[in-house]
Amino acid sequence: MKELLIGNAAVARGLYEAGCNVISSYPGTPSTEITEFAAKYDEIYCEWAPNEKVACEVSFGASLQGARTACAMKHVGLNVAADPLFTLSYTGVNGGMVICVADDPGMHSSQNEQDSRHYAIGAKVPMLEPADSQESYEFAKKAFELSEKYDTPVLFRMCTRIAHSQSIVETGEREEVGVKPYEKNPAKYIMMPGNAKKRHPFVEERTEKLTALAEDCEFNRIEYTDSKIGVITSGASYQYVKEALGDSVSVYKLGLVNPLPVKSIQEFASKMDKVYVIEELDPIIESHCKNIGVNVVGKELFSLIGEFSQKTIAAAMQKDAKKVYDLEMEIPMRPPMMCAGCPHRGMYYVLAKNKVSVLGDIGCYTLGAMPPLTALDSTLCMGASISGLHGFNKAGGEESEKKSVCVIGDSTFMHSGVTGLINIAYNGSNSTVIILDNSITGMTGHQQNPTTGYNIKGDPAAKIDLETLCRSVGINRVSVVDPYDLKECERVLKEELNADEPSVIISRRPCVLLKYVKPKKPLTVNKDKCKSCKKCMSFGCPAISMHDGKAVIDKTLCVGCGVCEGLCPFGAIESEVQE
Amino acid sequence: MQTKNIMIVGVGGQGSLLASKLLGRLLVDEGYDVKVSEVHGMSQRGGSVVTYVRYGEKVYSPIIEEGEADFIVSFEKIEAARWLSCLKKDGKIIVNTQQIDPMPVIIGAAQYPSDVLDEIAKKGAFVDALDALSLAEEAGSSKAVNIVLMARLAKYFDISYDKWIEAIEKTVAPKFIDLNKKAFELGYNY
Repeated sequence: MKELLIGNAAVARGLYEAGCNVISSYPGTPSTEITEFAAKYDEIYCEWAPNEKVACEVSFGASLQGARTACAMKHVGLNVAADPLFTLSYTGVNGGMVICVADDPGMHSSQNEQDSRHYAIGAKVPMLEPADSQESYEFAKKAFELSEKYDTPVLFRMCTRIAHSQSIVETGEREEVGVKPYEKNPAKYIMMPGNAKKRHPFVEERTEKLTALAEDCEFNRIEYTDSKIGVITSGASYQYVKEALGDSVSVYKLGLVNPLPVKSIQEFASKMDKVYVIEELDPIIESHCKNIGVNVVGKELFSLIGEFSQKTIAAAMQKDAKKVYDLEMEIPMRPPMMCAGCPHRGMYYVLAKNKVSVLGDIGCYTLGAMPPLTALDSTLCMGASISGLHGFNKAGGEESEKKSVCVIGDSTFMHSGVTGLINIAYNGSNSTVIILDNSITGMTGHQQNPTTGYNIKGDPAAKIDLETLCRSVGINRVSVVDPYDLKECERVLKEELNADEPSVIISRRPCVLLKYVKPKKPLTVNKDKCKSCKKCMSFGCPAISMHDGKAVIDKTLCVGCGVCEGLCPFGAIESEVQE
Repeated sequence: MQTKNIMIVGVGGQGSLLASKLLGRLLVDEGYDVKVSEVHGMSQRGGSVVTYVRYGEKVYSPIIEEGEADFIVSFEKIEAARWLSCLKKDGKIIVNTQQIDPMPVIIGAAQYPSDVLDEIAKKGAFVDALDALSLAEEAGSSKAVNIVLMARLAKYFDISYDKWIEAIEKTVAPKFIDLNKKAFELGYNY
């Protein structure tokens, strides 16, 4: 059947058809849909794990038992899962295991643009990289065979433009492969020094075998044309090369991006007058070519930074640019922002008003850094708000403790915040931790997590009680506030900042985009009462703007949260729609 | 045939996802190779969003670059201006005259340019402007702006009205089909 699928859905389809039985993942753009689509197939057990390390280890266990299994994460998620990955390389697998990792060149939705191919090199495991949805499907299907044949987990690299681009896929049927028998094998699976020392040579031999495979395999192909200008490329870059240069170059397209072939690259290069390596992010293919004595042009022409396109390639190869229209006009930027009615905004308003330092975390609420609230001081990685605040306060002492907080979402807290909170309790800083509990994993598009009470299929599941959890790790002061109630938020904030022991404030209200959160009637501004003081504007709600000197509420955006009504000193914002 | 390029631009949350889904379905049914590309995640939260739809015999790149777009369908006025440099010389802009103030304008750090569509037209670009929001509301929901704009785009295509309706039936949730058919009719006959 021919279908238009995003790359991630195609990966899910491939995993499904290859008989995958267990998938455990943590959501992260641009990887999330792999698991969301896989969860639609009843034959696959799918789950959202609390973080990528757990997901990868669940997948390990499923493989050990003998099932074909996968996990999926974004590039920075693989940092979290790196610990199991590096030793999984030694143990190898029983059932085939695929670790999907989605890079984000250009940082559409990420805090860095690290190149996950380094992990394949570092952990000495094979890595596949598809260039469109059809390949995403085919490679995913074949990844299990590769994994089982070479006794290795397989890294499966996606990037934003492949993960989120739809193209046509010709799909097939699922093949049930069942679960292989499990046999106890301490020498292979207990990685203590004596055993691990014996497994390391296996890893090196495996890389040699995989390199031999790379010389001539179904994942790599050469497209010769009449041209003696050669390009070596992979993934999304391949598409940009074909678009910009067409048949004016011969192309060596790599699909197995670790290990890289040696002889076949040398042979390809020997037939060319000049060879370019065109790869996004780091010079991995380029360095390999130079190591094996192949002279190539790479990063001196093609940037280390950001995403490529047909234009960047055409420009580097000195082809003509095509721009026609140029508007000499200042177009205001339109940055992303928290939605109208977002519960995070109320807490940020109070934090900004009280001029406290705020160590932030990863999620929708990172947008609190944007004007007019500009409420954040730092964002590093998942969980770093809590651990960071502890260090910030240990270095800054009591003065810091009384004017600093951290904010972390419910899902991020479950991911890696709770360990930081344990550290605060154990090593005693009078830190004030704010959990922004919007009852969902928001930024990645509403995934369930251990605090929501539902699993990936939407079925009821055990619900972690945040208050009990915080108390049980040794935090005595745990309070819950409604972020729509600004006065109460401010009162509790001041009280907890001045307390002489650590505290947790749970700012609780569900995301307004959740289906069960019904919007109220939009509010309106009574023009006669509006004194144009712009107090409501300081709240940073996208539904409120000034027109002809008066505040106006956009009724298509307003969800009637009513917070601005309380902010207006003149009672000009009214909740009843004036007919 | 040379690959054709359509950009759908707007503000996160305006429903460009459904528009691209509809277009993708239609073009696959017409037998073309198709690529549809959009970015999910952070930029969707009220930010400027863009979807690329490309179709032809064989489509390589999923994205559309400067000077390549045959059509820019803009859900909001200044978004048409933001992406104007992507338009081909004889490309066409279909634009909803709705104004959505971005945060820098809301907080007074920037001005919303009042004459932006005139400025685009002055450059010689073809501009088809319509109040899609009013037509969508007439059809029954402000959320149907996407279908109204797709209907407007359909006017420039050599694909029958019925084929578009068929694609709507295949992509829209059953309970919204009538609403969207109405929105399509209003946009098409406007």
